[in-house]
Amino acid sequence: MEQTVEFAPATGVLSSIWLLVAIPLASAAVLLLLGRRADKWGHWLGVLSVAASFVLGLVFFANLAGLDAERRSAELNLWDFIVVGGLHVDFGLLFDPLSGVFVLLITGVGSLIHLYAVGYMEHDPGRRKFFAYFNLFVSAMLLLVLGNNYVMLYFGWEGVGLASYLLISFWYTRPSAATAGKKAFLMNRVGDAGLAIGIFLMFTELGSTQYDDVFNGAPTLAAGTVLIMGILLLLGACGKSGQFPLQAWLPDAMEGPTPVSALIHAATMVTAGVYLIARSNPIFSANTTLQLIVVSVGALTLLIGCVIGSAKDDIKRILAWSTVSQIGYMFLGVGLGGGAYALAIIHLLAHGFFKANMFLGAGSVMHGMHDQVDIRRFGGLSKHMKITWITFATGWLAIIGIPPLSGYFSKEPIIAAAFEREVAWEAWVFGLAALIGAGLTAFYMTRLFVLTFHGPARWTDDIKHPHESPPLMTIPLILLAAGSIGAGYLMSTSVADWLTPVFGEEQAEAAHGVLSHTVITILSLLVTVLGAGLAWSLFRKGTATEPQPAGVLVTAARRNLYTDSFNEAVFERPGIYLTRALVYLDNKGIDGVVNGLAAGIGGGSARLRRLQTGFVRSYALSMLSGALLVVGAFIAIQLGWLA
Amino acid sequence: MSEFPFLSVLTLLPLVGAAVVGFIPRAKAELAKMVALVWSLIVLGLSVVMWLAFTIDGDRFQFRESYAWIPSWDARFTFAADGIALVMLMLIAVLFPVVILASWNDVDQSRRSAPAYFALLLSFEFTMIGVFAAADVFLFYVFFEVMLIPMYFIIGSFGSGQKQYAAVKFFLYSLVGGLFMLASVIGLWVVGGHTFDFTNLVESTAAIDQNTARWLFLGFFVAFAIKAPFFPFHTWLPDSGGAAPAGAAALLVGVMDKVGTFGILRYCLSLFPEASRWFAPAAMVLAVIGIIYASLLAVGQNDLKRLVSYTSIAHFGFIGIGIFAFTTQAGTGAVLYMVNHGLATGLLFIVVGMFVARRGSALVSDFGGAGKLVPVLAGVFFFAGLASLALPGTAPFVSEFLVLIGTFSTHKAYAVVATLGIILAAAYVLWMIQRTTQGTLNPALTEVPAMSKDLTLREKFVVAPLIALLLVLGFYPKPVTDVINPAVQATLQDVGTTDPAPSVVADGKVGG
Repeated sequence: MEQTVEFAPATGVLSSIWLLVAIPLASAAVLLLLGRRADKWGHWLGVLSVAASFVLGLVFFANLAGLDAERRSAELNLWDFIVVGGLHVDFGLLFDPLSGVFVLLITGVGSLIHLYAVGYMEHDPGRRKFFAYFNLFVSAMLLLVLGNNYVMLYFGWEGVGLASYLLISFWYTRPSAATAGKKAFLMNRVGDAGLAIGIFLMFTELGSTQYDDVFNGAPTLAAGTVLIMGILLLLGACGKSGQFPLQAWLPDAMEGPTPVSALIHAATMVTAGVYLIARSNPIFSANTTLQLIVVSVGALTLLIGCVIGSAKDDIKRILAWSTVSQIGYMFLGVGLGGGAYALAIIHLLAHGFFKANMFLGAGSVMHGMHDQVDIRRFGGLSKHMKITWITFATGWLAIIGIPPLSGYFSKEPIIAAAFEREVAWEAWVFGLAALIGAGLTAFYMTRLFVLTFHGPARWTDDIKHPHESPPLMTIPLILLAAGSIGAGYLMSTSVADWLTPVFGEEQAEAAHGVLSHTVITILSLLVTVLGAGLAWSLFRKGTATEPQPAGVLVTAARRNLYTDSFNEAVFERPGIYLTRALVYLDNKGIDGVVNGLAAGIGGGSARLRRLQTGFVRSYALSMLSGALLVVGAFIAIQLGWLA
Repeated sequence: MSEFPFLSVLTLLPLVGAAVVGFIPRAKAELAKMVALVWSLIVLGLSVVMWLAFTIDGDRFQFRESYAWIPSWDARFTFAADGIALVMLMLIAVLFPVVILASWNDVDQSRRSAPAYFALLLSFEFTMIGVFAAADVFLFYVFFEVMLIPMYFIIGSFGSGQKQYAAVKFFLYSLVGGLFMLASVIGLWVVGGHTFDFTNLVESTAAIDQNTARWLFLGFFVAFAIKAPFFPFHTWLPDSGGAAPAGAAALLVGVMDKVGTFGILRYCLSLFPEASRWFAPAAMVLAVIGIIYASLLAVGQNDLKRLVSYTSIAHFGFIGIGIFAFTTQAGTGAVLYMVNHGLATGLLFIVVGMFVARRGSALVSDFGGAGKLVPVLAGVFFFAGLASLALPGTAPFVSEFLVLIGTFSTHKAYAVVATLGIILAAAYVLWMIQRTTQGTLNPALTEVPAMSKDLTLREKFVVAPLIALLLVLGFYPKPVTDVINPAVQATLQDVGTTDPAPSVVADGKVGG
């Protein structure tokens, strides 16, 4: 039997945690309601509100750290949200070690990206609206991680989906942006439906959706129930986090402005699925089949992301597929369970830094290159954009896992944990998948880096002197680069202990993998160097600027492994045909039957036509016959015929 | 204060208003509008006072009044409101002033009389209040039929497109349903102890023979299913909603159709409990089909008003499963859905009306990229869409969630299929938004001068109260659910069902 989950009520400073959510929300409301009047200063209000939440987050975090480890949590019920019969849902928040690190990631990285966006969106007439949506996102994301029950989580979950939609379609006059936003929202809704049904199941089985009730009740449930509940939550997680089979929306989401890609579609929102599984660890740990499914999704997705990422030429889409792949590692981690929960969270935090860093770096490159995104049209930028080059380099080295940068400390332990699975074939399959993924990651990220910053310039004719971005954009880059370098070490030493109250004590080093840890370390470094070396030697002299003929695998990878074609053929087209058929049926079929029936009753279609042309006489006649019926019936009753 | 005859005064007040407005000469159209608006605001004020006077944990029926009418039939002017009727009366009181303000210039372009239009709106309010406030089955039936008349003229005289066809179709559909109901009303009187008083009937219907009760149930149910409308009785609604002026369409689906679902809850469930349980599976199947079927049809529409009408049919499917799942959550959710749907779809229809008034067309293909020209109006349109797809933070989320979670606890398969409806809801809303306000600007729009005029001050006053209510009830629905909950529990007690216990508790294990 698991230990009982019990949250301490929020006291002292911690009873103000609602401010974290409220401040960015209030800012968003002000920016939207004031309209053009706020155009001059709106963006600074946006930055300040997130920075204020960050400072508050630090204060709350310090307060939380000051509490005893056993009671290190603060639960705050703001008001009764839905109270009907046996259902009681708080509008409640929970600040505990897990939500604490997410708060710092969201507001910390969020503040830097907000600051960057002041510069990036400077010439956009919709900058104020952009910051309103950006603040709305931060608020919803904080609600997602701070909720103390699954309904609150769902509330924030849909909120970030809305913000994501608004920001992907920010340049809504571009049909591609409008379509991409809709695609993201719809694919997410598929996952959301799963999550919602999972919540319904919790209520039906356990009578509650509060975290503590659900976690304490989960071990008492039948294995099959836990499995179904977990699969439903996983479906939600896959939608939000762009995992197989719901990954196709994420690369299209790059239609949004680059700061959006950095904050929402790399550092924070897309990791919500990992948060959901980590938060629900008592459910997922209660069923090994469930864990195997999560691990399989993670392993499959991380390979899909690598393979497609290797074949793309759009700098943002490569980074997007790389996000898909890196979140695959996180899913692998949370699926492995036990100590790997913390590893996944550490990788999530490190990824938040280095991926935001690289996305903003990509934005900086685009800023200097007239919004060009094709890496075949870059080259040699290291001389012209020194800060962007160096900061990007730290992100690149971090993601491919070169020690001592952060990615090494966060990814390598996940690979090792995969090799430690108890069943030997699983250890080999998942361990090797993670290892091959590391090699491919090194390959495609090096390709991206080399083609962008090194080799001969392959610029389009309109570009003479690419310029470095203004300080408003480079300062966040430098800070994120520092995080990419140092954060990994810090986090790998302290975060695991910090999260113990959430994930439970790690079992003693019982597991012995199929390979020793040293061998795994050497192997993962080896594949990384091989992948990076191969890419460097292939692309250091540049590449063709036009599409080249390719073999079966590369063509498939360029076309997203045909997943889009599959969706189109299986869901979209039949859906359109079905809709058309139904519209026809409803007009001709059901309505026709009804009209025909009416005609039959009324004595022929001629009379029906007369009715349809609206002769008042006709309906008056109908009314009259109805009235006569009433009167007649009551006379009958009065005379006692029916009584 | 509790002595004040709230319900009869509320019912008659708009009728008097209609008479006053109707006698204002055509030339003084502005005066007529102003009187109508002020009159509806007075009704709103009185309704608020009544809401405050309602005792939440008091008697099931409050503000009861009864006056002699037809003694030999024991038909009386009896008014009384339970929590369900109260929230519907409140919804009516809120929507009418909003719609009157929204319809301000609708008649100006036509050759029709403005005072007549606003008098019709007020007389429609009279019938709406009456039908929800009645606690005498015969009185209810009379209002049920009379309410067709003002709406018939509103659609037939002030509508657009195939308005005559739509008006007659609307009328005949309802009339056919009404005749079924009439037969049942008479039958009920005969076998139910020669009374029309609702409270007495609840007592006496228990003795009715099982078969008879099922027939009587069916008569009521068909009338209500046509009114709501449930699949497959729905085909009149897209025509009526498409032809009616936008404001009237908001009232048609926002308030009038709720008479159907309200009638099922009040009359079918409480008077024929056994028959309700017996028919419940069939009703659930129809409701679930309605959700999926109407959602798909909404995706395929090219006329904004018809599109919104189809979304309403889908929403009525949700209300239907909520009613027939027989759990407290689903039932409360269904009633809350009736309120929230009135606000959300009301707003959606009104905003569509603003677009149509500017463009002179309701066809989706006549728009495109309109967000560029009228950003604020497009923003409100988007918000109304979000409320319609039940996004958390807007009121409809709470009701949809309650319906689904309550249905899931007794009917898992239905709830799962219905949940797929939320994906389709996102599809029809977002596709509608994309085709009208996003993408490249349709050049034809720039040639219509009105399309460059964003929300006017009057229009802001129209949408602001609805947006505010949708948000407030989205975050804090408790004041409304607390009113609805006891009435739903009383209804379920009549039906004779209880909520299932959580499986963990039911298995005798210790839960959380």
